[in-house]
Amino acid sequence: MEPDLFMLYRQMLRSRLFEEAVMELWNEGRISGEMHLAIGEEAICPGVCTQLRDGDALALDHRGTPPLVMRGVSLVLLLKEFLGSPDGLCRGWGGHMHLFAPERLTASSGIVGAAGPTAVGFALAHQHLRAGAVAVAFFGDGAANQGMLMEAMNLASAWKLPAIFVCKDNQWAITTRSASVTGGDLVARAASFGMPAVEVDGMDAVAVWKTAATAIARARTGEGPSFIKGCCLRSEGHFLGDPLVRVARHPISEITEIAPPLIKAVGKFSGTTLAARAESLMKITELIGTTVKEQYLVKDDPLKRLRDTLGAQKKECEQIEEQCRREILQAVEDALPGR
Amino acid sequence: MREMSFAGAIEDALAQAMAKDSRIVVMGEDVHMLRVNLFARFGKDRVRSTPISEAAFLGAAVAAAMAGLKPVAEIMMVDFIAVAVDALLNHAAKLERFSGGNWKAPVVVRTACGGGYGDGGQHEQCLWGWLAHIPGLAVVVPSTPADAGALMLSALEHDGPVVYLEHKLLADYWLDYLGAGGRKSVSFDVPAAGAKGPVPDQWESVPWGKAVIRKDGSDLTIASLGVSVHRASEAAEDLAKEGIAAEVIDLRSVAPLDIEAISDSVAKTARLMVVDEDYKEFGLSGEIAAQLLERGLSFRYGRVCTEDTVPYARHLEDEALPSRGRIVQAARTLMSQRKP
Ligand SMILES: Cc1ncc(C[n+]2csc(CCOP(=O)(O)OP(=O)(O)O)c2C)c(N)n1
Ligand SMILES: [Mg+2]
Repeated sequence: MEPDLFMLYRQMLRSRLFEEAVMELWNEGRISGEMHLAIGEEAICPGVCTQLRDGDALALDHRGTPPLVMRGVSLVLLLKEFLGSPDGLCRGWGGHMHLFAPERLTASSGIVGAAGPTAVGFALAHQHLRAGAVAVAFFGDGAANQGMLMEAMNLASAWKLPAIFVCKDNQWAITTRSASVTGGDLVARAASFGMPAVEVDGMDAVAVWKTAATAIARARTGEGPSFIKGCCLRSEGHFLGDPLVRVARHPISEITEIAPPLIKAVGKFSGTTLAARAESLMKITELIGTTVKEQYLVKDDPLKRLRDTLGAQKKECEQIEEQCRREILQAVEDALPGR
Repeated sequence: MREMSFAGAIEDALAQAMAKDSRIVVMGEDVHMLRVNLFARFGKDRVRSTPISEAAFLGAAVAAAMAGLKPVAEIMMVDFIAVAVDALLNHAAKLERFSGGNWKAPVVVRTACGGGYGDGGQHEQCLWGWLAHIPGLAVVVPSTPADAGALMLSALEHDGPVVYLEHKLLADYWLDYLGAGGRKSVSFDVPAAGAKGPVPDQWESVPWGKAVIRKDGSDLTIASLGVSVHRASEAAEDLAKEGIAAEVIDLRSVAPLDIEAISDSVAKTARLMVVDEDYKEFGLSGEIAAQLLERGLSFRYGRVCTEDTVPYARHLEDEALPSRGRIVQAARTLMSQRKP
């Protein structure tokens, strides 16, 4: 089976442009609280979401905007929700971390790992009520260490539930490198629960689509759950205003703020050995270095990759680009007339 | 005397304690960045970053405390404690009784709480009443930098499990991290006296479970804690202009609860209002009324609390959380009722 590349490109672009518009509104102070964007994750979500149909369910984490966009939830309702409007998707009660679309069996949670049990519950209901329907959990590499998520994978396997666990691995949980707090390998871990577990290139929408097609087919025919992990790179870091990204982008102003208390602390008489203090500083420097590298040196972008694949079909691409741009502009205009 | 931020005071007191007692170990998600100064000074073995595995590391912190360590386990926000509450409910809080008084778990659980910056109902709860409901668990909530540092020491000195709640509207780094994100385009109603203030040169603990009177008054007692203490003090200024003298009590500790202090004040005023950012029903506000009734006091009673899930939208959130306006309104109602 081969995906429709134009359709994938359209969904990825819609998501990207939508989130860029959200970023602008957030910067203007119109959206409150944290804002976790999925810019850079766009190959993973559409690879799965474009194969879902009515009756399928989604369990999302704090970064759930793109799957909702791709499942066709009204962009205006989403924007109005982020703006805290009484006409928003959740009447201004949820915000971007707590998005719910009952007609699409889609629920989000800001509690890391909650997507696991939620998908399992949706899948259980499917087994009784909607044969052939699937439930997908989207979560991060950090969430993979949450107990309830591991328990959920076991339960899905033991009950042969039509669930698909999709791990979007950006190698970070906020400012923690996941490798530094994770024992073993996540794919092997999932496989140990007795389900097919696959690593896929998370920047390659086509590869994700193909892997997801197998997992979805397996779930639809009652053969049980699967696990898919894709690595990706997120340019906006954990959330807008991410402290490490801020240091990487504005080193002078940020470091002048962080450095004085840090230098004072390191210089204190009592504390650990000099070597251990140096090790701590090295670790912080390393995290900043990795962030700088991700900001400036790594140029991989899932959207650009697919655009390159479609290179020869310039006219069709430009048409899609124009349509998406207009759609997003219109959504912003409808949500915030005359901004 | 020095001037310090609320967050700076916690860190300073904690650093003082860590320098004295090598058994104090900080653990939690992202502590290498969130506590970067402690991480740099005390190293990675004493400031340990964890995976997002709260049930495991909180459970481990409790047992480590049983085995001689003094862990300060950080749950990023109190809302997230739900995934690990078993460690406190069924283990830390039960240990002293189960062991016939022979074993205790001196663990400090440090966690951020509270709303006022638009993150919504899974990130802005207080839950101190919910936690204090459990026998064997102490729960403290500072409202000023001086108390923030001193209560951290008190918590570390306590021989049982303590939940130490740090309100995000008072802790500047949390508010910037979660609310502003570096933006100048948003603003928050931060109580100045809570976010920054005088602190002692050398930290000392405060007596365990003791409230303080923030403002004297003879007409009405307002018992409160955390950010709401500041809202209540502001409301008391408004009320003073109307000729109403409100006494504002800062509880500082939910469990143990200083019912003596509240009782003494209510004996004088015969009117009590509890201002509690935690949920209204089945919580602290009702508990205070019940304990005073058990003591045989007669008084008029009112409360300003959070009554429902905290909404995401800032304007809805402002209406949901205890505010100066809501407190003044409730006080007027209370004053319009004849003393019993
Ligand atoms: C139970 C719980 N613990 C901690 C948090 C705070 N938190 C929110 S997102 C996050 C990191 C999640 O990392 P990951 O699962 O890799 O997702 P990513 O943000 O990288 O997409 C943390 C620690 C939370 N929301 N819930
Ligand atoms: Mg991650």
